[in-house]
This record gives sequence, C-alpha cells and structure tokens, in this order.
Amino acid sequence: MNNIPLLLKREYWEHRGGFLWTPVWMTGVILIFTVLGILSAEVLGSNAHVHVGFSLDELRNHISANDLAEAGNALDMAQLVFGGLACVGLFFVLFFYLLGALYDDRRDRSVLFWKSLPVTDTATVVSKALSAMLVAPIIAFAAATAAYVVFLVLIVLWAGAHGLNAFPAILAAHPLGMLGRLLLTVPVNAMWALPAIGWLLFWSAYVRSKPFLWAVLIPFFALIANWWLGKLGAPHFSGDLNLAAILGRLLFSIAPGSWIASSGSGILGNHVRMGLDDDHVVSSLDPSRVYSLLAEPNIWIGAVAGVALLVAAIWFRQRRIETAS
Amino acid sequence: MSATPNAIVHARNLSKSYGPLKALDGVSFEIEPGRIVGLIGPNGAGKTTALKAILGLTDFEGELSVLGFDPRTQRAQLMEHVCFIADVAVLPRWIKVSEAIEFVAGVHPRFSREKCEAFLAHTKIQPTMRVRELSKGMIVQLHLALVMAIDARLLVLDEPTLGLDILYRKSFYESLLSDYFDENKTIIVTTHQVEEIEHILTDLVFIRDGKIALAATMDEVGERYAEVMVNPDRAADARALKPLNERQIFGKSIFLFDGIERARLAALGELHKPSVADLFVATMKGTYA
Repeated sequence: MNNIPLLLKREYWEHRGGFLWTPVWMTGVILIFTVLGILSAEVLGSNAHVHVGFSLDELRNHISANDLAEAGNALDMAQLVFGGLACVGLFFVLFFYLLGALYDDRRDRSVLFWKSLPVTDTATVVSKALSAMLVAPIIAFAAATAAYVVFLVLIVLWAGAHGLNAFPAILAAHPLGMLGRLLLTVPVNAMWALPAIGWLLFWSAYVRSKPFLWAVLIPFFALIANWWLGKLGAPHFSGDLNLAAILGRLLFSIAPGSWIASSGSGILGNHVRMGLDDDHVVSSLDPSRVYSLLAEPNIWIGAVAGVALLVAAIWFRQRRIETAS
Repeated sequence: MSATPNAIVHARNLSKSYGPLKALDGVSFEIEPGRIVGLIGPNGAGKTTALKAILGLTDFEGELSVLGFDPRTQRAQLMEHVCFIADVAVLPRWIKVSEAIEFVAGVHPRFSREKCEAFLAHTKIQPTMRVRELSKGMIVQLHLALVMAIDARLLVLDEPTLGLDILYRKSFYESLLSDYFDENKTIIVTTHQVEEIEHILTDLVFIRDGKIALAATMDEVGERYAEVMVNPDRAADARALKPLNERQIFGKSIFLFDGIERARLAALGELHKPSVADLFVATMKGTYA
C-alpha cells in the first residue's frame, strides 16, 4: 500500500488525455466563445451574445453600471460554469476510464508486466478507485480554475479597452471561496460515486469481453424485468425502492454533483433540494448544505455497496487474466 | 526426485484443467538454485500453465512453493525476488521508457537504475520514447534492461525472443549469460527455438500432455542418450536394441538410444551426442497424431 502515490502517478501517465486534456479542452471552448463574442461585439458594435450559463453582456452592463454586487455574482456564476463544464467532461472520462481500468491491460496482455512487479492487486484496484475519486476531479477543477483566470484576464482587458475598471467587480466576486467550495464537493462526490466506481471496476475486472455491454445492459434488463413484473402484479421494486434510481446510481453517480439533481440519477432529489440560487451563486455550494448529504442513509448504503463491489473487483483481479479476444 | 531444502521451486502433484483438457496432470518437480532450466514441450503441452502457476498468475491444485512463498496468495512478496518476461507484447504500449524505469524503480526494492541505464546506453532506446514507437526487438531490449537491473533470484522467460530476428535473439541470450546469470540466480526458459538455447542450459525438462516426459541435467542427458549412424547392413542389429527413434540420412540410418552401453553402440557405427531438438522430436513422437 506504500506504493499508492506512484500507482496514482501511473494512472495519470496512462490517462493524461482524459484526466488533464479533456477538462482543458472543455473549459477552453468557453474561452474561445468568449473571445469570439468579444471580437464580434467590437467589430459589429453590438452585443457579445455569449450565453453559457452566464451572459457576457449582462456582466459588461453590471460593470459599466458599477453594480458591483451583481457583477460579482455574475463572475461567480461564470466560475461555476467553468467548473461545471469540467465536471461534464469528467463524467465521460471516468465512465470509460473505470470500465477499462482492469480490462484493457488484460486485453493487450500488459497485465503480465504489471503482475510481474511486487504490487498487490488490492493496491492496484485501490489506486484506480482513488484516481477516479480524487485525482481526476482535482485536476479537472485545477484546469477549470486556470481557464477561469484566463477568462478574468480577458474581461479586464475588454473592460479596459472601454475605459472601464473590472477589478472592483472581481473583488466583489468570490474566486477563492468558490474554488474552495468546488474542492469541498470532491469528497462528497467521491463518496456518492462509490457504488458506480465499484460497479464499473467490478465489470472491468470480471468480464472476458465487452465490459460496457455488461455494465449497462444488466441494469437496463433488470429495469425492464421489474416493470414487467409490476405489470403482471407480481412482487417488484416500487415506491421508495425506486429501481430506476438505484440502477441509475450504479451508472451515473460518477457525474460530479449528481446528488444535486432533483431528477434523473439522484435518489436524494426528492429529499434534498439544492437548486442554484441565482442571486447568491456562491451560497449554493455552502459546505453546510453539501455536507448535509452525509445525514442521508442513502449515501452510506451506497458507499457500503460500492466497497463490497470493490472487494469483488480485487478478488477477480487476483484470479482472472485471460480475455476472450 | 527427492525434496531438497534449498530448492527454488518445489512442486508436488500440480494439476490444472481447462474444461476437459488437462493442462497439468499431477506434475512434480524441483528446481535447484544456480540452474538454467529449459522447459520444452509442444504447443498446448502445459508449459505456459506451469510457468503461470509458478508466477501466481493462475489457480491450480496441488502443492507449490517458490522461494518458500505460495504463489497463489503471496504473489506480491514473491515478485520482489522473481522476474518474468513473456513474449514481446506485454510492455504497455502507452508507457514512456523513462516512466517505465521510474515505475519499476519505485515499486521494486531490488532495482538498480544505474544498471538499467547502463544497459540501455548500448541500445538505440531513448528515455522519451514510448513503447509503441519501439520495434519488437527494442521492446525486448527494454524489458531485458528492466529485468537485468533487478537483483532477483529467479528469472522466468516464456518465449522471450518470439518474433525477433537472429541478431536480437543472439544478443538476448549473450547479455543474459554474460551480464546477468551467476550461481545465485536461477533461470527457467521456454522456447521453440531449442537449438539456440541448447548450449546455455544446465537442465532439461520435457513436458507432454500435462506430464513430465523427461527431467534431467544436461550432463545426464549426455550420458543417457546417444545417436549412432549405422550402415544399412547393421540396421537390423541396431533395431534389436530398441532405439527411441530412427531416421534416414544419405542412405544411412541414425538411431537414438536411451541408456545403452557406449561400447555396444560404438560397434554399430559412428557415435554422436544427440541435439536437444532431435531428442525432443523422438520423445514427442505422435503428439499431434
């Protein structure tokens, strides 16, 4: 287990493209839109028309009207959008990372190299889970923060070109507070995602081929079977034991902040309403609200299930090497 | 075979089945330190299964201890003292040479970075290259550099030179002998190119249908087996001594004998030491029939 830091580094080496470059490009796209919007506004003398969760035009109006509280709030919203977009990328990256983590090296037989080194299978599986829980999200938020800093520079230059000073607006915003709050969601996200991490790693360690089909089709058919049993009037999952929500959690809880959603994958949706507060964006991620999730039994039940799946993944990692191909 | 306390590998009644196929069928053997053991067998005879069992890469029935460890449950500890090179494809293709060195140096307590870099300095491999950019031969050189820099007690080679040209194959075994092997190390090697490793082996194990067909030191092999080139008029006499094998060359018959007195054989014709390849062919007669 004392190899864990190096094993995490190994995961980063292999998945630099997903862990680093995906959030860089995802957030880079907003920067490109911002630059294009500013240029077209300057050339055409009209509005920038950049609307990606925040409006560049509103932000400019707030700054020029010296409405600092509003401008600061708009900047916070922009920062949240950068973080959120990195999280969207993170969901896809983690989904395929986890499905391949214990499968790809068996398929190309490089598992024989990894297994020829004095590293326990437990340490290997734990390093992959930790990469998904902590390393990739922290890198994603770091990339989002870097992009946001570039965004602020663009805003300052643009405002300066019009004789406006954007610094008071930045001072009215809460960049460090927002960053801290985004980072504080990482442990909660990680714990909430444990069932999905365990589920995907389990299939990755277990299957001889096509981990994606197993991991996705089994919940899908379980759902159909359950619906069918319900139609027949036979015993089935219903009411509080919402099977769709449970199975959705197995697949989609690696989406950061999926516990916020009131629909879709979040079972908690009905209990915890944490919609974004447009007037005070920064308070939406208040740690006391985020960590109130830990009072819900659901997150603990899911974590136990996730750990059980991880133990099963370790068991198969010790025994299964061959793939069908 | 008697159990010796300092044996590197100690196997009793090893069995492993894949469905109806018995890859290993109650195999017992010992491997002593300081030996270079050639494990030779036809395709599907159970060589790779035996190696996988030794390396803790497969489940099996029976009793097996490698350097005192149980490979099934103590793979990670075992791998501090055992190195393994399988055929060329097993280094991950995405990894950079420098990353591979950093990783092995970090996880392996007995790895010497200096040795590894000194070995690589004799090749065209650069630290910034990725494995996918290397030729097959260079990948094996890299793997060999990583392994030779580890002060391990047992080195397992499973078809290490498969698909390499003759230059790489020669230099592979030369480096192994001159820069790596000593009396404290043991090497187990499987290959189909028997003639290339014949001169470096100290021990020979033939495996067939999951069973050991022959296990002997090379000295014993030299004493037991002899080839005689016999003129046609003496061929009937030779056949009476129950040769293992008979083949024809230039109108003469070449007979392979097991455990017949030298003097009697010399009377029949010209004596030779049989090559491992000929011995193998004779022992494995009818394998695919």
